[in-house]
This record gives sequence, structure tokens and C-alpha cells, in this order.
Amino acid sequence: MDSIWAKDLCKSWGDFALERVSFQVPQGRIVGLMGENGAGKSTTLRLLAGALAPDSGEIRLLGGSPQDPAVRAQVGAVFDHCPFPGSFSANTVGRMLAGIYPTWDAAYFRSCLGRFQVPPEKPIAALSKGTRQKLAIACALAHRPKILLLDEATAGLDPVVRDDLLDLFLEYIQDEAHAILFSSHITGDMEKVADYVIFLHQGKVIFQAQKDELLEQYGIARCGREAFARLDKSDYLLVRQTNAATECLVADKEVFHKKYPSILLDRTSLEEIMLFYTKGDGPWKA
Amino acid sequence: MEILISNHSDKPLYEQISTQIKAQIMDGTLFPGQALPSMRALARDLHLSVITVQRAYEDLTRDGFLETVTGKGSFVAAQNTAFIREEQLRLAEEHLQEAAQIGRRHGISYDQLAKILRLFYEE
Repeated sequence: MDSIWAKDLCKSWGDFALERVSFQVPQGRIVGLMGENGAGKSTTLRLLAGALAPDSGEIRLLGGSPQDPAVRAQVGAVFDHCPFPGSFSANTVGRMLAGIYPTWDAAYFRSCLGRFQVPPEKPIAALSKGTRQKLAIACALAHRPKILLLDEATAGLDPVVRDDLLDLFLEYIQDEAHAILFSSHITGDMEKVADYVIFLHQGKVIFQAQKDELLEQYGIARCGREAFARLDKSDYLLVRQTNAATECLVADKEVFHKKYPSILLDRTSLEEIMLFYTKGDGPWKA
Repeated sequence: MEILISNHSDKPLYEQISTQIKAQIMDGTLFPGQALPSMRALARDLHLSVITVQRAYEDLTRDGFLETVTGKGSFVAAQNTAFIREEQLRLAEEHLQEAAQIGRRHGISYDQLAKILRLFYEE
């Protein structure tokens, strides 16, 4: 079953447009939404959180509509800024949210604050960015949602805090009824914990793939201009050239290696794949 | 259960997990009937995606090393030690066959090869 199902989402937003974005987030899985700044990650997440309405297209969350309050109560969302007034303390925020969410779990909220070392009585304005982010996540979790949406939740945080958050993601997903969709341009985090990745570029979904398969099959071939000229155009997806070297993104390392055994072939990373799609040239771009 | 994952290995992550679990079943660290951590728990402890661990467990179940009971988890299968020995033997045979071929092709005598094998074995 899919926790999140989105079909042909369109949203124009100044000079930015999300174009027919479709994807699924299966139950019990962590899905990473990757893409450069302005690719449409935040817009997509805001549409799912019900904070924006799509111009066209359809969204199903746990089989229901994101506008349905009963469905929205099952969704926890964290956006890249802390939404609470700076003069509030974590405890004040907790009391406020307890009045909004019938399913608010005050004991769990306190335990999250303790675990994240968020001082409960200090005003939010006096907290560090990482601590504010942890507070926002504690708030998103404490009403016990079935879907967690996070927009750049790990951006600007130090490696220790990011690691804490990844721990938390993996703990949240111990319950198979839960699902996480998180966006990040720190692709290393995604490489660790995501089951699937969705790659957005200029408002369009370029691909949705199982992360392990993607990293096993894709590769980077490095060669000189001469060797590159002899490659079949259909044997690589994208190419990046400098005076010193030519690099090609290939969709299947094994097949490529059999055909061109003498060409240097490396494993790749989500970051490199993202760079190829945003900066490379190739048949795909046409 | 301890599993060590290398990020710089050419082996895919799921294979690193399955190979190490196999080795632990082989050397008796994991014994028949023993419950393995749930896929989700192991994913959490290794900081890996659930699908990666799931694939390792599925491969091990398919190859008869694990028994997976829906709703209860995965357990080390009972009959596997003989089965693993068989597999190791087959692997050794493959390498010996290769060595024999090289020997025949390049005029290395059987006695010489046998001596080398003995040397390695007693190392």
C-alpha cells in the first residue's frame, strides 16, 4: 500500500512551475526527494502537507485527501524554518499543540525533548539552529503521525545532529505503518537511509528509483576525447567534458564494461548523478 | 549479531550483509533456530535503508540459510551446515580446477602444484 500517492501535480508559482509530478511513497519506507535548489522539492512537500493547493493533479495520503482534517492529523511536517514565535519556550509550544491535536502525546514529546537535549523552558529565539530544528521534529512526531514530511530538515546542521536525526528516522520507521518523505540536498544522508529516491529537476520528476539498484547499476566512465568519439551515443546517458577528461554517466556498469573493457569505470553517488543531470549534456537533454 | 559494513567495498551492501551472516552461521556464531534481529532493527543499527537489509535476508532465505516466518521474523535454518560445506567445497573445486588448467597449459607438473597446495594449506 502507498502512504503517499501523487499524480500529475501541477503548480505555478511566480516563474517556477511544477509540471505533472507523479510518485508514490510505499508504506514502511523512507523516500528521499533530491534536486538542486529551486527544483521543486519544497513546493511538492507543501502540496502534500496541504499548505498549498495544486493547480491540477491529485494527492492521496493514506488513501484520503490532504484537505481532510482527519488525514492531516496523521501527517507530521517539518519545514526548513521553525514556525513558532521566538518568545515561546518548547513547553509553551507543546501546550499549544496539545490543544490542536487530539492525539498529542505529551509524555512522548517530553521524552523527545530530553533525548534531543532541547531545553524545555528556554525561549526559542535563544536556541541554536540545530536545536530549533530538533524541536520542530519533536513537535511533528508528538502527535504520533503515520506520515512524516521533512523539508531540508538536516540542512545547516552539524554531522552529529544530522546523525541523531537519521537515527530518529530509522527508529520511526520501525513501525511498518509509518512512512517518511524527506527532501535534502545533502545526498549523503539520503544515500544512507533512503529506500527510494525521487529526483526532481526544474519542476519535473527525472526518475524515481530504488536507491541501492541505482547505485549498483549506474556508473561513471572516464575516457579521453578520442575514446569518447568512438562510443555509441546510446551507451551513455549524459556527458561532462573538460579539456582534461570526458566523463559519461552510464545506466548499466556491467553492460558498458563488457562492450568497452578498456574504459575506466567507477561507482557513482547520488551527488554525482545529480550533477550530471543538472550540468551534463547528452541525448537525454534534447 | 555483529555486521561490519564497508562503504569503500566493491561489494554491494546487501551482499556484505549476507556474506557475513553466512560466515557466522558457518563458524557457529549463529546457531540453528536462533532469531535474527528484525530487518528494520538491523537497518536502524547499521544506518542503512530497510530495503538493503530486506534484500540480504531474502537472499539468505532463498538460499536456505534462514527461515522467515511472517509476523515472527527470521531464524537460522536447521539443515544448513552441511549445505554450506557443500557450497564451500564447490567453491574450492572451482579454484583448483582453474589452477589445474593453468598447470596443464603452461607445463607446471601435478607434483609441483600439489606441493604448492600443501604449502598453502599448512601455512
